[in-house]
Amino acid sequence: MGSSLNKSMKVVLIKYNAGNVQSVLYALERLGVEAELTDDVEKISAADRVIFPGQGEASSAMAYLKERNLDQVIREIKQPFLGVCLGLQLLCTHSEENDTDCLGIFPVKVKRFIPIVSGQEKVPHVGWNSLENLVDNPLLKGLPESKFMYYVHSYYAELGEHTLATTSYIHDFTAILHRDNYWAIQAHPEKSSTLGEKLLENFLALTSP
Amino acid sequence: MLTKRIIPCLDIKDGRTVKGVNFVELRDAGDPVALAKLYSEQGADELVFLDITATVDKRKTLVDLVTQVAKEVRIPFTVGGGIGSIEDVYALLAAGADKISINSAAVARPELVDALAREFGSQCVVVAIDSRQMDGVDWVHTHGGRKVTALQTRAWAKELADRGAGEILLTSMDHDGTKSGFALELTAAISSALPIPVIASGGAGSMLHFKDVFTIGKADAALAASIFHFKEIGIPELKSYLEKEGVVVRK
Repeated sequence: MGSSLNKSMKVVLIKYNAGNVQSVLYALERLGVEAELTDDVEKISAADRVIFPGQGEASSAMAYLKERNLDQVIREIKQPFLGVCLGLQLLCTHSEENDTDCLGIFPVKVKRFIPIVSGQEKVPHVGWNSLENLVDNPLLKGLPESKFMYYVHSYYAELGEHTLATTSYIHDFTAILHRDNYWAIQAHPEKSSTLGEKLLENFLALTSP
Repeated sequence: MLTKRIIPCLDIKDGRTVKGVNFVELRDAGDPVALAKLYSEQGADELVFLDITATVDKRKTLVDLVTQVAKEVRIPFTVGGGIGSIEDVYALLAAGADKISINSAAVARPELVDALAREFGSQCVVVAIDSRQMDGVDWVHTHGGRKVTALQTRAWAKELADRGAGEILLTSMDHDGTKSGFALELTAAISSALPIPVIASGGAGSMLHFKDVFTIGKADAALAASIFHFKEIGIPELKSYLEKEGVVVRK
């Protein structure tokens, strides 16, 4: 796999108060890439690829980022950048989770899932769900329609002009976003078997826009 | 569309799988990592590792195992068995587990559920309930179903959801090991009443049982051990069957 990948590229994961980063490191390791988990501004700015993973709560995550000036660093990054799960939500303008103003890379709002029929639609949205309405984009190269990724989340990004793919739970929501050098995915590619691996590989193989 | 999940469960003792497994594909049937990878390749949606190691000093073995699984397996997995503190959970999540499952500790100290949900988020807190029916009432049991508690299953499940559990792993001790099908009525009652997903466990013996627990039982996921380990049902054929029967699964 990934024979075209430059394995000496510098990949960093932004270290902040969010969980589930170890799995992302392992997923990159399976692709032959040693990533570094860091909150060092210089290292992040100098990396070839920046990944912003995470599970957690939006307001405490934003507060943590601001305290360390990481919010500014993220806004100024020019190299390919990938937000994952909470990372996607924090790249939007605002989250309903504790009424949090986020980074504003994507002009999209993050809302909470509201079940239509209680007991039928569970929140959080947990499990494997399909990627639909894929837009032609290097991140999605070789990814077929209607294949499954693993999700765990209670909040979702609305659909918008930067939506690259959708997923349906209760209603359609944004599964993947793209604008300039920023990409973001709501699902967990690091836990999504072959499809998730392909997406991470595509991200690493991107050429700077 | 969100799929129903198929979850093989691996019992672990001292870092090895117990319950004889019979896979010609595996050189070492006792190696949990190899078995986990095999299930993952066959299309299992998640895995559960249940540690039945009795002694505390062997816990280190479990953390090492979790590290190996996280490195090599590309689907989510839950670790349960003997977890009783925030420190236990921290060690397992830091090693790469996606979720942890608690059981007896939640019965003994229900506030642990709140504490874990606050500390790590509900998404990684699975609470297992072992239920057995007595005179028509479902009671929560502990110690592998041997000890009855004063908690009724339905009320306890509701309390767990209120305290911040992310999922309920519901095992019917009456059905476990019988291969006569899941506890459909109890599973449906709890799944319909709760805002969180329910994983049904205990009683899987045929592919029809899985269909029933997803349709009649309204389960979000179904867990089984021996029928997968002994290859009585293969995951690919199970998924093909479910798909044909109109159950949405990942293929």
